[in-house]
Amino acid sequence: MTPQSQFTVVAPVRKDREPQLRQLLATMNSLPGLADPHNALVPFGEFATLHFARFALLDDPNQDDIEVYGVPQPNLPSYLAFIGDCDGPAHECLAQVVRRAAARLSEIFAHCADFDAGRDLLSWMVAHDLPIAASYVNWVGRTVLQIKEEGALQRALAAKVDRSAVTSGAAARQRRSELIDFVKNEIAAHRLSLTPPAPTPLRWQLAKLWNLAMGVLITLIALPVLLLFSPLLLVTLRRHETQDPEICPRPNAALLNELQNLEDFDVSNQYTAFGWAKPGPFRGALMTGVLAALQFICRHVSTRGFLGRVQSIHFARWVFIDGRRRLFFMSNYDGGHQAYMDDFINKVAFGLNLTFSSGVGWPHTEWLLAKGARREHLFKYFQRRHQLPTQVWYKAYPGLTLIDMERNARIRQGLEQEHPSDAEVLAWLKLL
Amino acid sequence: MAETPVTAPLQPQKSAGGASGVDSADIQGLVRFGYKHYTEAVFLLLRVREARAARAWLAGASVTSAVEMKPLPDYALQVAVTSDGLRALGVSADIIDGFSQEFLDGMAGDPSRARRLGDEGPSDPKYWIWGGGDRVPHCAVLLYALPGGLEARRLAVEAQCAAGFDLLQRLGTTDMGGKEPFGFTDGISQPLLDWDLAQPASDRTQLEYANLSCLGEFLLGYPNEYGLYTPRPLLDPSRDAQGVLPRAAESPERADLGRNGSYLVFRQLRQDVSGFWRALDRYAGGNAGERDRLAAAMVGRTRTGQPIVDPSSVNLNDFTYGADPEGIRCPLGAHIRRANPRNADLPAGAPGILSRLIRTLGFDASARSRDLMSSTRYHRLLRRGREYGTAVSIDQALAGAATPAEVGLHFMCLNANLQRQFEFVQNAWIMSNRFNGLHDESDPLLGNRMPGPGATPSDGFSMPQSDGPAGRLTAVPQFVTVTGGAYFFLPGIRALRFLASA
Repeated sequence: MTPQSQFTVVAPVRKDREPQLRQLLATMNSLPGLADPHNALVPFGEFATLHFARFALLDDPNQDDIEVYGVPQPNLPSYLAFIGDCDGPAHECLAQVVRRAAARLSEIFAHCADFDAGRDLLSWMVAHDLPIAASYVNWVGRTVLQIKEEGALQRALAAKVDRSAVTSGAAARQRRSELIDFVKNEIAAHRLSLTPPAPTPLRWQLAKLWNLAMGVLITLIALPVLLLFSPLLLVTLRRHETQDPEICPRPNAALLNELQNLEDFDVSNQYTAFGWAKPGPFRGALMTGVLAALQFICRHVSTRGFLGRVQSIHFARWVFIDGRRRLFFMSNYDGGHQAYMDDFINKVAFGLNLTFSSGVGWPHTEWLLAKGARREHLFKYFQRRHQLPTQVWYKAYPGLTLIDMERNARIRQGLEQEHPSDAEVLAWLKLL
Repeated sequence: MAETPVTAPLQPQKSAGGASGVDSADIQGLVRFGYKHYTEAVFLLLRVREARAARAWLAGASVTSAVEMKPLPDYALQVAVTSDGLRALGVSADIIDGFSQEFLDGMAGDPSRARRLGDEGPSDPKYWIWGGGDRVPHCAVLLYALPGGLEARRLAVEAQCAAGFDLLQRLGTTDMGGKEPFGFTDGISQPLLDWDLAQPASDRTQLEYANLSCLGEFLLGYPNEYGLYTPRPLLDPSRDAQGVLPRAAESPERADLGRNGSYLVFRQLRQDVSGFWRALDRYAGGNAGERDRLAAAMVGRTRTGQPIVDPSSVNLNDFTYGADPEGIRCPLGAHIRRANPRNADLPAGAPGILSRLIRTLGFDASARSRDLMSSTRYHRLLRRGREYGTAVSIDQALAGAATPAEVGLHFMCLNANLQRQFEFVQNAWIMSNRFNGLHDESDPLLGNRMPGPGATPSDGFSMPQSDGPAGRLTAVPQFVTVTGGAYFFLPGIRALRFLASA
C-alpha cells in the first residue's frame, strides 16, 4: 500500500507583480479555474502520482477583521500557494515536477518576494513547504493508478455484463467466471491493467505506530490535567464564546459571482478559505489542541472513506501561517458548493465548530459543539466571505467521485476474491 | 417537476392575526391553496412601461388572500415581481438589496447558475421564449377562474394593466384533469405546512421523515426548520412611516418587507410526450405492459399515482424508501425519489443511544451507505404548477405527429430560501448524475442528457434487481426542455402595497 502525502509550497507575492501573476496563472486553464492537464506551464497530467493540485493566491480581503480585537492590523503580505496531494513522499513528487517544468515554475515563483533565481528550485520549494496542522486523506493507500485502472475496469465490466436475472448460485458463478476470463483477455491485450499494490513502506508504518503510541501517551497524561481544570476551562470557554465578536455579513455579490464562475465544471469542486485565528492564549491553545487531535484522528481513525458522516471530501488540510496568526483551509470535495455546506451543517456541524470556531468572526458557538455552524445563514455567509478564488485547480480523474472509487475498488476486490460465497457473487454482480 | 394543481390539504382556518400569529389576510392565497376548483388559469408576464401607472395598478389590484372564503369567489388574482421588476418600479436599491442573492441575480442571470440548474444545451436561457436576455418579466399576474369565467376576467385585467405595463407573454394553461402531459397523476407529494405554528422554533434532530414543514420554509418572517428566520429585507421603520408593513418577529423594531411573502420559481417546461412514449415503447420492444412498467420505474409511481415502492399504500403521500435501500422496488433514480427522498436527519439503525452515537460519528457502514443525501426536510418545495398546451393520449403519442404538440408544464414552486430549496433540489438531486451514489444518469424525466466531465454519460437509467446486475437503459433521449423561467417574489399583500407606494 502506498500512503498519500501533501505538499503546501507557500511564498509571499511581490505586490507589484500580482496582476501579472494572475494573468500567467490563467494561461494554465482550459475552463475558468480548471487546469488544462497538458498546459504549457505545469503539465499536471504528466505526473502519475498527483491526485489534486492547485495554485491559489492567498490575498485576504478581510484582513481588517482583526481590528475588532483592538489589535492594530499588521501589514501582512499576500501569498502564492502551490499545493498538491500525491502518492508516496511529497518531495519526490515535487522533484518530478521540478525535473519536468523547472523553467516554467521559476517563471511563476519569480513573482514571489523572496524568490532567488540563483538557488536550486527544488530546495527553495521544499524550504517553503509549510507544515500542515491537520491533513485529511479520504482513503489512505488508494493511488491515482489504482483509481484510473479500477475506473476502466468498472466501465469495461458494466458494458460487458449480462444484465438478465440469474436463476441460481451456479448461474451467478458462471457469469462471474466469464467476466473473469474477459478481464484476463483484456489484460493480455493491454486494454486493461490491474497493477498489484506496492508493499507498504516500513518507515511509514513505524512512524505511524510511533505516532499512535505518543498520541495515546500524551492523551493519558493530558486527560487528567484537563479534567482537573475542566471547571475553569469551561468557564473560560463560555466567556470567550459570549464575548468573541461575530463577523458574518453577507458576502458581496461580486465575490460570490467570481467563486461560482469557477465551480461545477466537474463532479468535484475545490475550496480555499483564509482568515485570522482568534488572538490570545486560550483560543490559541484550544485551536492547537483541536487540530492536533484532528490530525491524530485523520491518521489513525478516519482513513477509510469518511470523516464523521461526511463521505465527500477527497483531501483537506488546515495550515497555519504568519506565526500561527492566520490559518488557511483547502479541500477537494464531491458535489456542488451548496450541497457541501448543507452536508457540513447537517452532518458535522459539531466538527466544524471544533475546528473553525477559533477563527475570527465565527458564528457564536455554545459549549464548543452546539450552535455555530448550525446557525445556517451566518455560517454560510461566513464561509463564503472567507473563501478565496482558486486560480488553477487540477484533478487527475475528472468525472469520478469518492463513491465511484469505492464501488470500483469493491468491483476489483470481488473480481480477485478467492472463494466467494453465492451471496458474495450476487452482491458483486449487482455492483456492476 | 410534474405534479401540480391540486389543492394542498386545507388546514384549519385561523383568525387573522390571532393567537397563531399567522395573518391569512396578508398572505397571497397561492401559498395556502392550489386553486383546484379554478380549473382555468392564465399567467400574464408583464414589463413595466410607466412606473407610476404600474405602481398605481399594483396598489389597487384586488389580490386574493389566503383567507378561506365561502362561497368561492369567481376568480383569484395573485401578483409576483422579479428583482428587475422592483428596480423598474423604482423601489430603492438598498431595499432591494435585502432580498436573497439568487433572487437578485435572477434565474438566467449568469452561466454558473445555468450550469447548476442544468439549463444547458437546448435548455440554455439564450433559447428561452421568455426570461432570458431582455425578455425577463418584471411582474407576473396569475389569474385563476371558475370554469368559463377566465376570458372576461383576463380581458379586464389586461385592460387595467395596459396603462403601466407591456404584455411580454400571455401563458395559457390547460386543465388536464389532474394529470401532467406524460399522463401521470400530478401534485400528490406536497409538504403539509405548520399553519398553527405548532412546531417549536428550535433546532433539533428529527429521526423520522415527516411531511409537516415549518411555515418558515415557505413563508418569510416565520421560523424555518433550523428554528431561524431566513434573511429578508428588514427596514428601518422610518422607511415605513405609515406603518403599512408588519413588524419583524425577531426584531420588532424593524419593518418586515418579507413577512408573509415567498419566492416563486416559475419555469416553462416543454414536454416531448411523443418522444417519451416512443422511447419507452422502443425499450419495451413494443410490449405495452413492459412499457408501463418502465414508465412507472422512471416516475416512481404508476400513472394513477400509486407509489411503486409501496403499491398497497392507501395514502399516496405517506410512505418512505426506508425498506428499499437498494432501490429494488423503486429505482434510486426514479423522479419522485430524487425530488423527495423522504429521509430523516440520521439514517435509521438500532434503538439506543450507543447506536445513535455510532451513526452520528459515521462508524456504522450500513448507515453510511444510506447517508449519501442531505436530510429532506431542509429541501422541500410547495408546487403550484399548471399544464399547458394540447393534451396527447398515449396512443397519439406512440403514433407520432408531423409537428409535435406544444405541450408541457408551467412549473411553479414556492420556497423561502431559493438556494437551499429550489436550487439545491434542482442541482443536487434532479440534475446531478451522482445522486445517491448513482452514476451516468440524471433525472429520467427532467435530465438534459448532457455528457458530464471526463466524457461520462448522463443519459442512462438504472433499475436495480434483487437477483442480478441492475437493469440499465442507455441513450435515454431528452424529454423536457426549459423554454422560459424567472425567480419572483410573491409578496405579502401589505408588502405589495408598500412596494407600490415606495
